[in-house]
Amino acid sequence: MINRLLTVAFLAGLAVIFIQLLSGFAPDTDLNLTASYYASRTAPDLGAQNVVTGIIVTYRGLDTLGEVTVLFLTAAIVALVLVHGRALEAERGPKPFPAGELLQTGSRLLAPMILLLGIYVFVNGHLTPGGGFQGGAIMASAVLLLLLTDPMRRFSHRLISRIESTAGLLFVAIGLLGLLFAGGFLDARFLPQGWFGALFSAGAIPLIYSLIGLKVGAEFSSMLLSLSETEDEK
Amino acid sequence: MSLVTLALAGGFALILIGLYGALNNRNILRIIIAFTLADTGVNLVLVAVGYMPGRTAPVLDAAVPVDQANALIIDPVPQALVLTAIVIGLGVTALMLAYALRLFASRHTLDISKFTELKW
Repeated sequence: MINRLLTVAFLAGLAVIFIQLLSGFAPDTDLNLTASYYASRTAPDLGAQNVVTGIIVTYRGLDTLGEVTVLFLTAAIVALVLVHGRALEAERGPKPFPAGELLQTGSRLLAPMILLLGIYVFVNGHLTPGGGFQGGAIMASAVLLLLLTDPMRRFSHRLISRIESTAGLLFVAIGLLGLLFAGGFLDARFLPQGWFGALFSAGAIPLIYSLIGLKVGAEFSSMLLSLSETEDEK
Repeated sequence: MSLVTLALAGGFALILIGLYGALNNRNILRIIIAFTLADTGVNLVLVAVGYMPGRTAPVLDAAVPVDQANALIIDPVPQALVLTAIVIGLGVTALMLAYALRLFASRHTLDISKFTELKW
């Protein structure tokens, strides 16, 4: 009881702070210095239409490398923590009731389209809203759909980890190419800028974002698989 | 009430609901869901702070000529920040779920008051 009262008092205090912040808030009318630099320099410097992509892949590319590393670590730790719970093929319990015809056919029809949409989203990351992280999440949702239809389905861990590590290595290699042939590590300008707004434009940004998309998709899928393959001991 | 105020108020409300849920629930799964609610609230507040009335998304297409970008687009920095925050939030959620599974495997319960080793 006393715990609950303390919680409510704490949250009420927090709410007072929030209301103060809310009542004193007025939206900016002009971009601040950093934002206006990004807004005016992204197109001439990088040739990317999407300013957010320009920031994530090039201006703050090192942060993004750190971010996919964090995701990789998460996937590795999830697999490590759950490895003991993984039941062997022979020890598995009775097969669950199979999903209906409609569900199976539907998911088989939808999964390739979802993968295609994911690829579309990360390939066009420099032109439209979207990019590697969003596209990777969409690709992993195809794996999730297949797992929901058939929880006993097994995917190749080797293939997923191959995709993941190849994409990671190529990402760092492209970063080093930027160091050698352009302004610095992860500088995308060592490839020609091309026509502003075309698919093959903005230097290496689409390449980097596609690799990020593959890596993120593989990492999310591997987390989903680790969580799904863990079964209760009998 | 403008759109920004609404989004900010919604974000703050989500943070409060999430914290209340995380502090008052006993079930670990409910605590994890409450954390993700608070996480969403924080993201919503961050995006809303970067919004500017009368401007459009930071994509320089036909609607936004490159030389007028400064006057037409909203702040892209909070959006890039929130993209990162969402991804890291997903990683944190996945880790919490994995630990919850391990805890359940070792004790066959998800009631947090049964885990007293670190209690003082």
